[in-house]
Amino acid sequence: MNQFFARKFIIQGIFIAVSLILLTRIFYIQVISDKYLLSANNNVLRKILIYPARGIVLDRNENILVQNEPVYDLMVIPREVKPFDTLLFCQLVGIDKEGFDKRFKKARNYSPYKASVFEKQLSAQTYATFQEKLYQFTGFFVQNRTVRKYPDSTAAQFLGYIGEVSEKAIENSNGFYRQGDYIGISGVEKSYEELLRGQRGVQNLMVDALNRPKGHFADGKYDTLAVSGERLISSLDKGLQKLGEQLMNNKIGSVVAIEPSTGEILAFISSPGYDPNMMVGRERGNNYMELLNQPSKPMFIRPIQAEYPPGSIFKVINALVAQQFGLINPQSTFYCPGGYRYGRRGFMGCTHVHGSVDLAGSIEKSCNTYYGYTYNLMIDKSGMRPVNAFKRWREAVSNFGVGDRLGIDLPNERKGLLPSADLYTKRWGSDKWGSSFNISLSIGQGELGITPLQMANVMAIVANRGFYFKPHLIQAIGEKKVIKSEYTKRNDAGVDPKYFDVIVQGMSQVVNSPSGTAIYSKINGIEMCGKTGTVQNPHGEDHSVFVAFAPRDNPKIAIAVVVENAGFGSTWSAPIASLLVEKYLTGKISRPKAYVDRLLEANLLPGRAIVKPKPKFKPKTDSSNVANSTAIVLGIKTKSNKKNE
Amino acid sequence: MNKQRSPFFNVDWIVVITFLVLCIIGWFNIHAAVYNPEKPSIFDLETNYGKQLLFIISALILGLVILLLDSKFFNTFSPVFYGITLLLLILVLIVGRNVGGNQAWIPIGSFRLQPSEFAKFSTCLLLARYLSSINIKVQDLRTQAVCAIILLIPMGLIMLQPDTGSALVFGSLIFVLYREGLSGYFLIIGAILIVLFVLSLLISKLYLLLGLVAICGLLIYNYKKNRAFITTVVYGFIISVIFIFCVDFAYKNILQSHQRNRIDVLLGIVEDLKGEGYNVNQSKIAIGSGGMWGRGYLQGTQTKYDFVPEQSTDFIFCTIGEEWGFAGSVVVIGLYLFLLLRIVNIAERQRSSFSRIYGYGVASIIFFHFFINIGMTIGLVPVIGIPLPFISYGGSSLWSFTILLFILLKLDSNRMGIV
Repeated sequence: MNQFFARKFIIQGIFIAVSLILLTRIFYIQVISDKYLLSANNNVLRKILIYPARGIVLDRNENILVQNEPVYDLMVIPREVKPFDTLLFCQLVGIDKEGFDKRFKKARNYSPYKASVFEKQLSAQTYATFQEKLYQFTGFFVQNRTVRKYPDSTAAQFLGYIGEVSEKAIENSNGFYRQGDYIGISGVEKSYEELLRGQRGVQNLMVDALNRPKGHFADGKYDTLAVSGERLISSLDKGLQKLGEQLMNNKIGSVVAIEPSTGEILAFISSPGYDPNMMVGRERGNNYMELLNQPSKPMFIRPIQAEYPPGSIFKVINALVAQQFGLINPQSTFYCPGGYRYGRRGFMGCTHVHGSVDLAGSIEKSCNTYYGYTYNLMIDKSGMRPVNAFKRWREAVSNFGVGDRLGIDLPNERKGLLPSADLYTKRWGSDKWGSSFNISLSIGQGELGITPLQMANVMAIVANRGFYFKPHLIQAIGEKKVIKSEYTKRNDAGVDPKYFDVIVQGMSQVVNSPSGTAIYSKINGIEMCGKTGTVQNPHGEDHSVFVAFAPRDNPKIAIAVVVENAGFGSTWSAPIASLLVEKYLTGKISRPKAYVDRLLEANLLPGRAIVKPKPKFKPKTDSSNVANSTAIVLGIKTKSNKKNE
Repeated sequence: MNKQRSPFFNVDWIVVITFLVLCIIGWFNIHAAVYNPEKPSIFDLETNYGKQLLFIISALILGLVILLLDSKFFNTFSPVFYGITLLLLILVLIVGRNVGGNQAWIPIGSFRLQPSEFAKFSTCLLLARYLSSINIKVQDLRTQAVCAIILLIPMGLIMLQPDTGSALVFGSLIFVLYREGLSGYFLIIGAILIVLFVLSLLISKLYLLLGLVAICGLLIYNYKKNRAFITTVVYGFIISVIFIFCVDFAYKNILQSHQRNRIDVLLGIVEDLKGEGYNVNQSKIAIGSGGMWGRGYLQGTQTKYDFVPEQSTDFIFCTIGEEWGFAGSVVVIGLYLFLLLRIVNIAERQRSSFSRIYGYGVASIIFFHFFINIGMTIGLVPVIGIPLPFISYGGSSLWSFTILLFILLKLDSNRMGIV
């Protein structure tokens, strides 16, 4: 022991102090802060999402409408990339040096350590040649994934398409979707997204400092398997659909065919259509813009989005409603002098001078005068104030599924238009108005908008003699073949079955009687009941409309055909409908080839210059054509025939 | 001296046990750090953990041999050891093998000898012998100069390798000098210089100088009666100013770029998680992910998957932190602290000043390694590549620490004898 013994304590004190400093720091790092733990997991864990195969869609006979096809995404992990022959690489992938730099920079900005997509959806050929040289490009690899494939290129607007999920959808999905995921954007792909997408699986992989895989975290305890999307069986009949698309080639319009006993949609044609394969693959963006910019608007889903004043086919509804009100009966006869006079100077012309017409005859001959009187009875002579009578009439008409969405299993269905009493009260400044103020409603013109789907549904009601099932496109979901319950509920149209007989008789005469408006479309051996209509179009030629069902007893198909700018219903729409009905009921077409070819080859496009779009097609129309066709489309969207007669 | 006595009589078994526990902790953590799934056995001699077992056994034999030697041997032959060490340090510069930029190893067969490790105990021994000579007082300038020479020669040679970390270890012997009577001002001045060094890198020189002027002004104002103090302050100020500019110059011109980067990263001047900062950042992540109780033996993902470089040697504490958590860290740090305090107590109970001075030398060197090594893994001190005593992988380092410690134990067991 010497004089500096006390310094022992200073030295020991320093040792203790330093130990405490170390421990405090360690305590902070290990226990207080969780930053390091998170970084550690970030270092080691790689969450790999396993994408399930999207559900396929079949037609009612289990033919494939949509399936999946493998594609190859070129991926890159920027940090692992070693110098390589950039020129060869660009050649193989089909990009230039600039494009390479841009993509590479983007990937590196995303993360130098994590894989990101360098180039999407290499074609099978590109993949094959690239695969051979892949060993030269350290850090690049190919990941396969599936895209949609439409083997028959049919029913594009029905099936819809998928695309990368939007920011907004990601936000609304509660974390389900991630950047770059695919989601149904329209059609069945959208409305059945939850069923089609399946369940993603997750693998928690561990990697070492060089990103080499080191097996599953916790022996795969937290891993889940991917579950494929549900298989959907649609009610569509592929043969019927394809025939319909061919018949509607070079025409603008819609075909909707419904099985009346179930509400299942057999054909759903929106023309012009497009090849659904255009909405897949690297050219998707370009194709989409091209389709969007076409004046004939192939992206517009006409069967549920185009609203037309129904024209003469509306007479069917008026005839049924008037009977139900007890205002007319099959024996009611009116005299047609070639038109109906109303108000002080009003006159609604008829197609011909029909003379004495009974109810069945009024349908067969489509007599405007008859319905002028009928409407007058319903509104002015029903024993109540016209305004209230109109409300009752409107209620009865709306029971036919008019004026509101039918609730089809597709997104973006339009309501159509069925005017309310308030509209007229507002328009005339008082509620003291009568049938003469909106007499055109009697013959389906004026403030009416009905979609082709609604037209077909009205036919299903007549076919069923008074009820309908909501029209739908998917008849069975998954292995258990379930269906949404809302589509099995019977909806009543509020008209007794007994009132239908005379209407059906009249509709039969339309097609089968020599004096009927659609005798040209009579089918041998099948009693089809139909009604022609011509929709006045202030922007150009009238739209041709035909609705029908067949056979007369125990009907199997109800159909609505609209061909825009085609003139009378009997000229174009009725033959098209008759071919489809025959094909569906008998499996073949008995009409002569010339008859069919006339329909197939007819070009009824506005301006008659535009052909049905094919992939990569660039419309070569002159400006006047474009202007004209645009006007037509605008006409549809703004419910063309608003003029009050 | 009683010849019948066992060579183990009076050996401080507590230190021996602590030593053994640290060795075994090291062995297990090396196993975890460089774990090879194909060779899972901790006894597999092809792996580093198997080799470490051999190093531990040979270290024990080495310790036994030291205990069997005569205690006078170390005092008597200390100049010889020192001389041999210096020769080896020169030799390594000529024939040494360069590993990772340091020419620090002399290859002997398949084995590599690291002379700088052995320089630690030989320098300690010579310093102890010199300071314990009659009529030597540390307060004398001459003594201080001789001490400085004893320390600076091996330091300089090691710097030439260049192995800054090992060279700095010798600086820790200032504690020995302090214990033997070196003015406490040296410690204070040392501390002030460190603070000035850090500040001169962190803040602009103008503010630093203004701050210094302010502090000195206050001191002079307060002690204006005391002329001697004012003189000291003025000198201090001048030296500080010179120092600041020297630091600036040294930092920019003398330090190697990787050293400069390490200091920059440590002080947070630059954040470079992928370059110089990578080690420390990953090391902190590994330790931090251990939490309170750790992930468990062989369960550390950061160590197992090589995120931390040099984890069996300089960064072995990461494995301890990750797999054993804060609890394990407390145990390891507690063991070191216990060992250090015990060594100081052993030193103080020596009759001979040689043994006491040597004991302080042992404590200082182990303390320096312990503090710097753990401090760097948690980002408290710059990355200086020195091993964690008894735990880090490596024969040279384990043996040199064993020799260092067991010489003390031998001296201590003989403390009743006459030296």
